[in-house]
Amino acid sequence: MKFLQDFFDKVRPNFEKGGKFERWYPAFEALETFAFTPAHTTHDGVHVRDSIDLKRTMFTVIVAMIPTLLFGMWNVGYQHYQAYGMEMSHLDYFLFGFWKVLPIIVVSYAAGLGVEFLFSVLRGHSVSEGYLVSGLLIPLTMPVTVPLWMVALGAIFCTLIGKEIFGGTGMNFMNPALLARAFLFFAFPAYMSGEIWTDLSPEAGHALVDGYSGATNLVTFDENFRNLPSPSDMFWGFEQGSIGETSVAACLIGALILVGTGVGSWRIMLSCVLGALFMGYLFNLLAPASMPSHSMHTPGYYHLLMGSFAFGTVYMATDPVSAAHTEKGKWFYGFFIGALTVILRVFNPAYPEAVMLSILLMNVFAPVIDHLVVEQHIKSRLKKSKLSRA
Amino acid sequence: MAVETAPAPVVEKKKEPLFSKKNIRTLRDPLDDNNPITVQVLGICSALAVTVQVKPALIMALGVIFVASFSNLIISLLRHSIPTRVRIIVQLIVIATLVTIVDQVLKAYMFDVSKKLSVFVGLIITNCIVMGRLEAFALGNKPWPSFLDGIGNGLGYGLILVVVAVFRELFGSGTLLGYQVVPQWAYDMGYVNNGLMMLPPAALFIIGLYIWAQRSWNKKLVNVS
Repeated sequence: MKFLQDFFDKVRPNFEKGGKFERWYPAFEALETFAFTPAHTTHDGVHVRDSIDLKRTMFTVIVAMIPTLLFGMWNVGYQHYQAYGMEMSHLDYFLFGFWKVLPIIVVSYAAGLGVEFLFSVLRGHSVSEGYLVSGLLIPLTMPVTVPLWMVALGAIFCTLIGKEIFGGTGMNFMNPALLARAFLFFAFPAYMSGEIWTDLSPEAGHALVDGYSGATNLVTFDENFRNLPSPSDMFWGFEQGSIGETSVAACLIGALILVGTGVGSWRIMLSCVLGALFMGYLFNLLAPASMPSHSMHTPGYYHLLMGSFAFGTVYMATDPVSAAHTEKGKWFYGFFIGALTVILRVFNPAYPEAVMLSILLMNVFAPVIDHLVVEQHIKSRLKKSKLSRA
Repeated sequence: MAVETAPAPVVEKKKEPLFSKKNIRTLRDPLDDNNPITVQVLGICSALAVTVQVKPALIMALGVIFVASFSNLIISLLRHSIPTRVRIIVQLIVIATLVTIVDQVLKAYMFDVSKKLSVFVGLIITNCIVMGRLEAFALGNKPWPSFLDGIGNGLGYGLILVVVAVFRELFGSGTLLGYQVVPQWAYDMGYVNNGLMMLPPAALFIIGLYIWAQRSWNKKLVNVS
């Protein structure tokens, strides 16, 4: 590490005020703080600083995403060979998925960070680390068959419209990665929904197995929920779907890391689950008895296992910027996400991936929730003070 | 209370030329500095609805230019004889008459476009830009400047409409005015039309981006709302 430190110290004068590359200071600063803890001190106000800065927070999230990423890579290969009826070793599954997923990640980072660096140089603010997370979240929410230029477009849209336009990381009111997915979902529906979830690049000497269906379990769910895979399959994630969403188990590991380090809010995760369970079981009670295959009959807990509920709850809903900020507000925010997800899933087959839309909608409402919570708090305090004076 | 509202009588020493500096500004301001859509944020509704393709957007723009300029002219001619209390109704009648003319002409000569624009031609009546200009300008100005003001605002509105429509048609269907622009080899290589551009929210995105671009080249507009 010494040589790296020496290198940074050597080139630093070029970037500081008056140096040759003064304009590029933000880019330099970004790379330097990526490698070393910054030596910045506060200029005024509070002088106690946590050693965890934004970069390290974001890095924790990335660590938490690694289980889903690794499992997603394995599952991509597994689904591919399943479709052709081939038995391979786990390493083969993984390697196949690895080579399919890696380009998507690289493109996502290249496009998004490109925009980010451009803006930081143009505007003269430091490169924000937020994209480190968004750049990995975007590939995880994509089907593996997505064309790479779409990923790039999504990443650019995410950084430009999702973040920079509002003033950069921390100013966005919607989760940028989800915004990118929603953008691609509406812009290129043929590539983001339907039977596109498994990579079907041809295998010499093998044909697709009979009865192969490329639909995710959310489509099955709308047709007849009793054809769903077994709960244990849905829990471990041996099913088709976006790269990172299939395994609830992997998301739970991520959730443990996030909650354990205090980066993600357990209130939001828990209230999302409660909201989904509440709605799911409420629908079970109200389900029409004359239609036994109606999706309202789906056992309530299935909603936690299906689709990207776990992924969205753990990594998307807990985004500290776009979620509700008050502790009480977080309960409402999460609860509504869970409840809305189930409502949309059951009653709107046109948009089976309801998690994405519910989180985006609640992102919009988060400030209102916070406002109401604060107002209510003020009112109750006023009431108390009046009572004590009387 | 000091009376500031009464406009000082304009003492004209000599006849003002038709295209004096002031008149030119009346015509030009709505294009950029005082654009009805991007600065005053009026008429958004129809800007979302009729901008999927360039052709309807152009026709719509022409319709609004016609209605805005002639209603401005007529109201300005009548401005001394309209009782203040009933002025809104008088303005509405004038606008409605003009809109009906536009609607009938479209139906007679461009039926397919008329069908595409559907209810939005009729809704020019409720377009805040037209009514706003009558209230803000035509009631207090002479016919000729009012006429120019109407044309200017119609043009400003049309400018945004056409810009938005060009982007939406180009990326949404790969055509411009109905002609294929994106070449076939691009589709063969995997390019796909952007379905989002066909949906109304796309117009909001583009208008938003336009406002962003406009405020970065025109510093006067920053922090003015």
